[in-house]
Amino acid sequence: MSIVNADERQNWAELPDEHGHFGPYGGKFIAETLMEPVEELQSAYDHFKNDADFQAEFDRDLAHYVGRPSPLYHAERWSRELGGAQIYLKREDLNHTGAHKINNTIGQALLARRMGKTRIIAETGAGQHGVASATVAARLGLECVVYMGEEDIQRQAPNVYRMKLLGAKVVSVTSGSRTLKDALNEAMRDWVTNIDNTFYIIGTVAGPHPYPEMVRDFQAIIGREARSQCLDMTGKLPDALVACIGGGSNAIGLFYPFLDDEAVSLYGVEAAGDGLETGRHAAPLCAGTPGVLHGNRTYLMEDENGQIIPTHSISAGLDYPGVGPEHAWLKDTGRANYVAVTDAEAMAGFHTLIRTEGIIPALESSHALAYAMKLAPTMRSDQVLVVNLSGRGDKDINTVARLEGIKL
Amino acid sequence: MSRITTRFSALAEQGRKALIPYFTAGDQGPEMTVPLMHHLVASGADLIELGVPFSDPAAEGPVIQMACERALEHNVSLHDVLAMVAQFRQQDDATPVILMGYLNPVEVMGYETFADEASQAGVDGVLIVDMPPEEAEMPVKTFRAAGLDLIFLAAPTSTAERLDKIGQASSGFVYYVSLKGVTGSAALDTAAVASKLEQVRQHVDLPVGVGFGIKDASTAAAIAEVADAVVVGSAIVQRIADNQGDEAAIFASVGGLVAEMRSAMDKNR
Repeated sequence: MSIVNADERQNWAELPDEHGHFGPYGGKFIAETLMEPVEELQSAYDHFKNDADFQAEFDRDLAHYVGRPSPLYHAERWSRELGGAQIYLKREDLNHTGAHKINNTIGQALLARRMGKTRIIAETGAGQHGVASATVAARLGLECVVYMGEEDIQRQAPNVYRMKLLGAKVVSVTSGSRTLKDALNEAMRDWVTNIDNTFYIIGTVAGPHPYPEMVRDFQAIIGREARSQCLDMTGKLPDALVACIGGGSNAIGLFYPFLDDEAVSLYGVEAAGDGLETGRHAAPLCAGTPGVLHGNRTYLMEDENGQIIPTHSISAGLDYPGVGPEHAWLKDTGRANYVAVTDAEAMAGFHTLIRTEGIIPALESSHALAYAMKLAPTMRSDQVLVVNLSGRGDKDINTVARLEGIKL
Repeated sequence: MSRITTRFSALAEQGRKALIPYFTAGDQGPEMTVPLMHHLVASGADLIELGVPFSDPAAEGPVIQMACERALEHNVSLHDVLAMVAQFRQQDDATPVILMGYLNPVEVMGYETFADEASQAGVDGVLIVDMPPEEAEMPVKTFRAAGLDLIFLAAPTSTAERLDKIGQASSGFVYYVSLKGVTGSAALDTAAVASKLEQVRQHVDLPVGVGFGIKDASTAAAIAEVADAVVVGSAIVQRIADNQGDEAAIFASVGGLVAEMRSAMDKNR
């Protein structure tokens, strides 16, 4: 695909355009049957994003229910050990439900209620977004159905139980590869069948317009806080930001408020799985090609015939063959850098943070930590590196124990 | 005039409605596809809608999803499907063939390459489920230049404004999705279809086919009263699945259904 105007200076605040395009990416590639609910959502979001009452309620919930602002923590011991930049961790792991996902589910659930929807559906891979959706559904008294691949249900049993405790119905998806992408397909099928009463809470910055914009806007609180916290604590903007990327919601949430600060380098870290050269990975930006899936054009893991291929990552939350369209455009324009770290490197990042700082990170976030371990030593000690600690690792201890041959 | 338009005009002159069976190319292996196409024509099909298998068919119910999975087990690609159509054309130069599928295989092949190769293979129309008119400006031009009709979906929820867009972007015919849901969903309400079709026709100056949820001869006949074409997909694919591994039984079962529908639709004329 030819990339147009990639060299022009972008006005990031004006993206996406009115049709949901970020350059050639994004858009609204959906069946006609879904057009009406998507347009209904778009007009509701266009209205409420500028509505003072809506924003006030969102801010109040973020403060009193989620526990925001999340701290920006100077990881001094870890920074000293690496011997380079000063690393600051944006502590999304301290949010209610243990990850950044709740920022978005609160926003979308408030919108669902204002639209008069009584039932919410969600897809989930690792279960974090499912838990965050079930949580807000319980709080607002909405019916909640979560679609989850059969494989993931087996891998993430504790989160399945958490969702059930919260009153959600968890539906096992047995089509296709039985993972996150298939759960998304199944949620779209539910939505098209139940559009009158149902709101679909997508968990990442993918899907048809307006999801990539809307989810970004709800997650941008991460970057806005980090920006002002960094200015307060260090007297300047950070030199670089690092975040892991599956669909890319925590990364875009951190990056977005810094896009116009061109001196701030941005690094999105994908899952290299067993290594990019093995083909067993989940790194569409680093090793994929553009295509159309789940309502938008973006980089995908696909074969030469345009079929979506299976992904692999140690982290279920990064195990997705696509990526948000805004990241695709940030890559092509060169505004952000996309790199990948392997399962083994992520495990090293996981253990290092625990050992040096007493924080158990999610395996997803451990990918960002692993890249920070490479980047920080190349920077000066007066430089600042902000890493998004997007979630806590309690959910992953069974996986880690199993990988290391430890019986719990 | 395209084969599709020619066929619809001829049917209109006879006062008949088109019967359009669908199945997924490569289901039960690539060798069965072309013979089954010929068998459908012999059983009473006026046009054939051939599904292009895709790994993530988000608008399909379980029946067609599983057909896609079966075809992909045989690695059936868009290239293979075009070759099947070319082979079909060696013996049948009259029956219009429409490819129905998802955008990504076309995107990866490239719009111009696809348009050229499809046209050369003898494809007449293309229905890309996840490409609404808004995202189709360039493909509409490219496909039309290659002589392909581009068929768009209309839905029960499509507004007047959207129906205008759909009518303008389409050629050949417009495919009205008869219910809110995925392919193969519960039985449809023919009265509701009739009243929506009146509205669709105010905005669309092309034949209108109806599909999703037409499972038997009596429903096909009822829909034929109000629509220009009846599209039958999941009911056929289900019969293929039910007779898996027995090609003779598949041909008998699928051919039987198409023949029953044909005769029920023609009785009303």
